[in-house]
Amino acid sequence: MGKKDEVSNQFLDALEFRGVKRRDFLKYCGATAAILGLSELHIPKIASALEKASKRPPVVWLNFAADTGCTEAFIKATYPGPAEVLLDIVSLDYNETIQAANGKQVDEILEASKNAGGYILIIEGGIPTKKGHGMIGGKEMIDIFKEMAGPAVAILAVGSCATDGGVPAGNPNPSQIIGTGAAMKKLGINKPLVNLDLCPVNPQYLVGVIVNYLLLGKLPELDSLGRPVMYYGQNIHDNCERRAHFDAGRFVEKFGSKEEGLQYCLYKMGCKGPLTNSLCPKIQYNNRTSWCVKAGGPCIGCAERNWVDKFAGFYQPLPGIKIPGLGGVEIGADTLGAVAAAATVAGVAIHAAGTKAAGRFKGHDDGGDK
Amino acid sequence: MARITIDPITRIEGHLKIDVEIEGGQVKDAWSTGTLFRGFEIILQNRDPRDAWHIVQRICGVCPVSHGHASSMSMDDAFKAQPPSNGRIIRNMIEGGQFVHSHILWFYHLNALDYVDVVSALKADPKEPSLKKVQAKLKAFVDSGQLGPFANAYWGHPAYKLPPEVNLLAVAHYLEALEMQAKAAQICALFAGREPMIMTSPPGGVTHVPTVDDMKNYLYRVNELRTWIDNVFIPDTLAIAPYYIDYAGIGKGHGNYLSWGVFEDESYDPKKRFLPRGTLLASDFPKVHDAKAEDILEHVSHGWYKDGKPLNPTVGVTDPEYTGYNPDKKYTWAKAPRLDNKPMEVGALSRMLVAYASGDPAVQKITNGALSALGQAGKPQVLMSVLGRIATRALECKLVADQMYQWGLDLIDNLKTGKTAVYTDYQIPDKAQGAGLWEAPRGALGHWIDVEGKKIKNYQAIVPSTWNCSPRDDNGVRGPLEEALIGTKVANAEKPLEVLRVVHSFDPCLACTVHVIHPDSNRIMQFKVS
Repeated sequence: MGKKDEVSNQFLDALEFRGVKRRDFLKYCGATAAILGLSELHIPKIASALEKASKRPPVVWLNFAADTGCTEAFIKATYPGPAEVLLDIVSLDYNETIQAANGKQVDEILEASKNAGGYILIIEGGIPTKKGHGMIGGKEMIDIFKEMAGPAVAILAVGSCATDGGVPAGNPNPSQIIGTGAAMKKLGINKPLVNLDLCPVNPQYLVGVIVNYLLLGKLPELDSLGRPVMYYGQNIHDNCERRAHFDAGRFVEKFGSKEEGLQYCLYKMGCKGPLTNSLCPKIQYNNRTSWCVKAGGPCIGCAERNWVDKFAGFYQPLPGIKIPGLGGVEIGADTLGAVAAAATVAGVAIHAAGTKAAGRFKGHDDGGDK
Repeated sequence: MARITIDPITRIEGHLKIDVEIEGGQVKDAWSTGTLFRGFEIILQNRDPRDAWHIVQRICGVCPVSHGHASSMSMDDAFKAQPPSNGRIIRNMIEGGQFVHSHILWFYHLNALDYVDVVSALKADPKEPSLKKVQAKLKAFVDSGQLGPFANAYWGHPAYKLPPEVNLLAVAHYLEALEMQAKAAQICALFAGREPMIMTSPPGGVTHVPTVDDMKNYLYRVNELRTWIDNVFIPDTLAIAPYYIDYAGIGKGHGNYLSWGVFEDESYDPKKRFLPRGTLLASDFPKVHDAKAEDILEHVSHGWYKDGKPLNPTVGVTDPEYTGYNPDKKYTWAKAPRLDNKPMEVGALSRMLVAYASGDPAVQKITNGALSALGQAGKPQVLMSVLGRIATRALECKLVADQMYQWGLDLIDNLKTGKTAVYTDYQIPDKAQGAGLWEAPRGALGHWIDVEGKKIKNYQAIVPSTWNCSPRDDNGVRGPLEEALIGTKVANAEKPLEVLRVVHSFDPCLACTVHVIHPDSNRIMQFKVS
């Protein structure tokens, strides 16, 4: 381990007075290293790389047809927390929710960023395409997006609204809101795009992608929907802490019941975990305090594209998944995996049929590459 | 006469534009404009009603808990599924976590930079080693030339009054508060899985079964927050207020206040909630009146909707039509709700004043204490101001955090005596209607649901900023925020800091405000209001 990889005491002091213990910071670096598949020997190198970046990379964060839930999620990041991210890791040059400037002075900042270029562009919220339905500073949101996407080095679409329009683009999509990928296609913008589906985004995913970019100088490997494989490559049901109960045929059949007290499987209460890919059970939320299923809330599938329509009927059990018998007949993970994969197709088909009957809940353009 | 447009207003939730006309250095007239339209109510139609409480949390990522709870309450009402005692208490605890989170975030991160000059903090000469460190860090940050979120603000504006040492202290607490607001949200996550967007409060109660481990975790975390609120948040409020005491006379507005009440009592009587239901009127303050949803009328003459007479949400017609910005006619996506024909201010100030006037001893004690500390003993009227909105948020934050501890003890008492139910089971009726009248941190929140064929037939919400940021009504009467701006002195029209202070005091939340029906249809909404 060379001298330049060592973490300076000064840097650790700086973290410490803001309440970040050395041990915690190194622990965070350890978590990052594990996710990146690096050995623990690289931990000091990560800390050092974060410290040594001479100029913090500029970030422009645009909030469009959103509810600000992803900014709210971001400021609850831990290890590093929002203060570290803001003061040490990036230069958040534009974010209307927290920036000090207002009105005209804000326009000047955006103009300066556009002229300087080279920023990471974070999009929160979908982009309304119906005239007058989304404006900032007298400009249509889609025009602001077009202007700001050009000089960006990369675009991060943060949260479901940004990836495919999300809840407000739910059928019948009153403001004709589209996701970032679809907007890029429509406007002919060709830039690296990372989609962080989830409603709201998991702040660890967002900070993780930025750190990954700073350390390795590139964006993470993406799946066919443009989501980082490191966060979306695994199925919630496969990693669920209640999985053993599913395999053994032990289910919660009523909320608040004795079975819920025993943390039995929530499949029969409508859990969408079997069809949802995200590291929720491992990374959890709010400083790893909990996550949906752990707390007793069936997964609503919010990491998946078009989730609000695709999984409508959040408390209705997924169709087509074979449930292990109550007699305790256990089936192996492999068998179940095959069942789940078949169910994906069956489930989608059943939802499609229901859609037709009801004359609604058709999918919308999510800009994905599928 | 000069006209200033501030667009965007930052450090709020959502997209807001404010236009003011200045004459003789004072605001003569004002217009508040919501600039984003999404349309949640139509998205909800025909869905499984139980999905609604998840979907409406996405109306606002800043107060999703309150939207979720108001929605579930509308169905508790419609499905006759009143939560059992523990369900009620756990919902209160989750809601409490959000109130504390939201008030800390608003005070330090959204509002404070109108009063705290970050650059001036560099001139301080602190003795305290921890403050020296913060100052050194701040200096390095400023010297880097990358000012990030602190760039291009009104630093050095003569309306900033704090000495450098107080500015430095406030900057240090700004950073500390970033951590504390996140900790408050962690309390929600203990019972609700995550925050924003909670997962365990559907109609009927909660789905989380509490354990001893939860309670230990909860009480410890609540006390950590209480200690910080008592030692940092409240002292900061009282330390900064004297420098801005003139703001006790600025930004009063109409002087009508509405609270639906929040934090359910074991009697389930809205007038006995921890912060009770009621209204106060400028005409006969401090008389407390009943707050009745039947008295709501929504006016549309200045919003981007086709004209029609003002209607109650029970029979409301909504027909959106964007016609461009015209301050004399139509200039916003917000409608103008009025209660008994009056514009009503909502928020922590309204809740605290209603509780104060209703004779709540805890609210009277803490409020009188703060008034004395600021040399305003016996004058609760000074709270009807920008400074009052700030102070009552801080005081409410303390009251709620203290009460959160009590709810924890109440829950433990129930568990001890074998009362463990958290959820009331129900069947969705073929036809049902219900209302959930509640409070978000930023004010009165109402959700109304109409179920037919076990599906949502219609859904309506009237949210805090619809009240506060509403445009003029059919009688030409300004909305509460517009009215509060009148008379505000503005030293420099290029840097209208004083206007921002009035706007931010309402804690606007615009994503909530604009809630509308299908742009291409003309549906008639019918609801029972209880």
